[in-house]
Amino acid sequence: MINYLQNNSDAVLTALRQHIWLALLPVVLGFLIALPIGYLGVRFPWLYHPLVNVAGVLYSIPSLALFVFLPVVLGTKILSPLNIVVALTIYTVALLARTVADGLRSVDHLITESATAMGYRRFRRLIDVELPVALPVILAGLRVATVSNISLVSVGALIGVGGLGQLFTRGFQLFYLEPILVGVILSVLLAGVADLIIVIIQRAVTPWTRFQGGRA
Amino acid sequence: MMRFGRFTAVTAALALTVALTACGADEDPLANDNGGGSAAPGTITIGSANFAESELLAEIYSQAIEAKGVQVKRQFNIGARELYLKALQDGSIDLLPEYNGALLSALTPGGAPEGVSKPEDVLGALKKVLPAGTEVLEQSPAEDKDTLTVTQETATKYSLKSIEDLKPVAKDLVIGAGPEWQERYQGLKGLEAVYGVKFKEFKPLDAGGPLTVNALVKGQIQVGNIFSTDSSITVNKFVVLEDPKSLYLAENIIPLIRTTANNPTVSGALNAVSAKLTTENLTTTLAKVQVDKQDTASVAKAWLTENGLV
Amino acid sequence: MNLDYLFDAAHWEFGTSGSIPQLLLSHLWYVVLALAIGTVIALPIGLYIGHTGRGSFIAINAGNAGRSLPTLGLLMLMVTLLGLGLLPVLIALTVLVIPPILTSAYAGLRSLDQRVVDAARGVGMRPWQVLTRVELPMALPVLMSGFRSAALQVVATATVAAAVGLGGLGRLLIDGLAVNDYSRVLAGAIVVAVLAVLLDLVLAFAQRWIVSPGLRVSR
Repeated sequence: MINYLQNNSDAVLTALRQHIWLALLPVVLGFLIALPIGYLGVRFPWLYHPLVNVAGVLYSIPSLALFVFLPVVLGTKILSPLNIVVALTIYTVALLARTVADGLRSVDHLITESATAMGYRRFRRLIDVELPVALPVILAGLRVATVSNISLVSVGALIGVGGLGQLFTRGFQLFYLEPILVGVILSVLLAGVADLIIVIIQRAVTPWTRFQGGRA
Repeated sequence: MMRFGRFTAVTAALALTVALTACGADEDPLANDNGGGSAAPGTITIGSANFAESELLAEIYSQAIEAKGVQVKRQFNIGARELYLKALQDGSIDLLPEYNGALLSALTPGGAPEGVSKPEDVLGALKKVLPAGTEVLEQSPAEDKDTLTVTQETATKYSLKSIEDLKPVAKDLVIGAGPEWQERYQGLKGLEAVYGVKFKEFKPLDAGGPLTVNALVKGQIQVGNIFSTDSSITVNKFVVLEDPKSLYLAENIIPLIRTTANNPTVSGALNAVSAKLTTENLTTTLAKVQVDKQDTASVAKAWLTENGLV
Repeated sequence: MNLDYLFDAAHWEFGTSGSIPQLLLSHLWYVVLALAIGTVIALPIGLYIGHTGRGSFIAINAGNAGRSLPTLGLLMLMVTLLGLGLLPVLIALTVLVIPPILTSAYAGLRSLDQRVVDAARGVGMRPWQVLTRVELPMALPVLMSGFRSAALQVVATATVAAAVGLGGLGRLLIDGLAVNDYSRVLAGAIVVAVLAVLLDLVLAFAQRWIVSPGLRVSR
């Protein structure tokens, strides 16, 4: 395996870089889109259940199908990385919109009422009070979305754009274990590192959660 | 202090993470929506099909062109012809290695025209049906044909020598090939139309790859579509069935290129490759990838060096 | 892109190999087997960790660790090692369903009011009785939600089996892509999504049926 890495370091690095891009850009985009949608699900409670259901259906569309259809819908070229980015953004939104809504719903009424009493208007209260209190829940969802995106990117290799997934298909076409193993290991490592980064961010921005004992 | 709050900090941190990874990336998926094609002016995007030989040839093309100072972007392993031709037409890729007969057959509804089987005839017919905006360069004498291949045991058991012999027994046999074979003329359709051969079952596997070879060895299929340059044929002592009615035409390797990407430097480099490529040296070179598991880039480099092309 | 393939009666004939009902059945077979094997493996471990509190580190992190394994890579790895067959698919899909079941079994037990468990011990129940008569029934809502998310995930992911020459609804996607028939790809995507929704409904009903009515109010 070391041998394979030495001989193919360029190809592996290119695949890894592409993988990082394709997986993480959708996390950021999806997060930004999911925030307002999740908020709407709380602001207008009748929206919550339709939102959860639509998200569930979106999430059950096989990724390969989405990769194939997006060019038709968006008018992009069939090998455009944009197709992967948009598809994974959709999954991220489907996952996070619900998490954001759940996170905001979990905020204690006493907290919001105190904030109102202190003179917070709705928007400021949302940004300064409710979202920070909901952050642990939202970030937990973000971890899930990030890790599953990193795993899903490789399916793109079936249509020629798949970051580390290219190593899977290359190895599979030769029944050659090394590239597949390298791809799987790098993909898992990447997910681990990304997950760790979010955990570190979470610890830094929500110090109060550390004092509540080990409750998961 | 808390004006922007923790929440903004998270968003900023995330954005920063991606921005940092972006610094190291030479490709920005959003910068240009061209599927990687023409990333910089003059760059040629080279594609390949989803099997080892196509990738090897694409790598040989890439290095030959790079040696002439042209920037190359590799977009290998796209899929079957049905998929990569679309990528070529929408400009996702500019160039890829093709096989003249298979390409002709794919572009002609109902299969290749009658009586066309020699390399020159195939090339002539092919030039008439190429998709708009694409052209072919000079074809090489090297050929790689689709074959119907069986194990020694199956050949003996049913006394098979040619595809014609399959007709009476095919109803008991399972055939394996890439999924694209279901609809291809040079697949199930042509086998039925030309030879009257109809198999018991079709198993969609891979394009002449290890899945097909493996299934053949283990008896999960009895007939497999394997490429004639594939080392697995000699390794496993497979029997390649003859094709007396020329369902599979001449299959010379030929570069298919978008007209906009073609220029004398590129065509000069590729024509030199085609001139040196033979069925024999392709077969031995491919074996280095398939059997010895050497990496494609060094195998391609070695071939180009041996033939004085770099 | 249109619905022709989906609505063509010829593609619904049960007898033809490769017809939608046959693919659906093999797809469901992969899903059910993976869920069954996954449950047999993950449930006892999750319950053990939740009941004893030992090894909770594993349970908390199993979820994300499992999700990070790329199923396509794992599947190609397994087929390369074991050859074409049902086993490699089952391994790859089982690995996918273990984490959510394990984590939810653990979380279900941990979420219980400790006073209830103490009360059960107080009335003289043995550990096994505490687990099966008190903890497990009360943890069921959380456990079922983990099981349902595992089911959803595996229904969508089982499509990759077709990429390595096996059956299931993924065939419609892979073959449609290979022969440039988007109508077939669309049919595959729709059938998979509908299957996921139906399966989730069935499990939701099952949940109502098996969860004690006394626990419903809080949900």
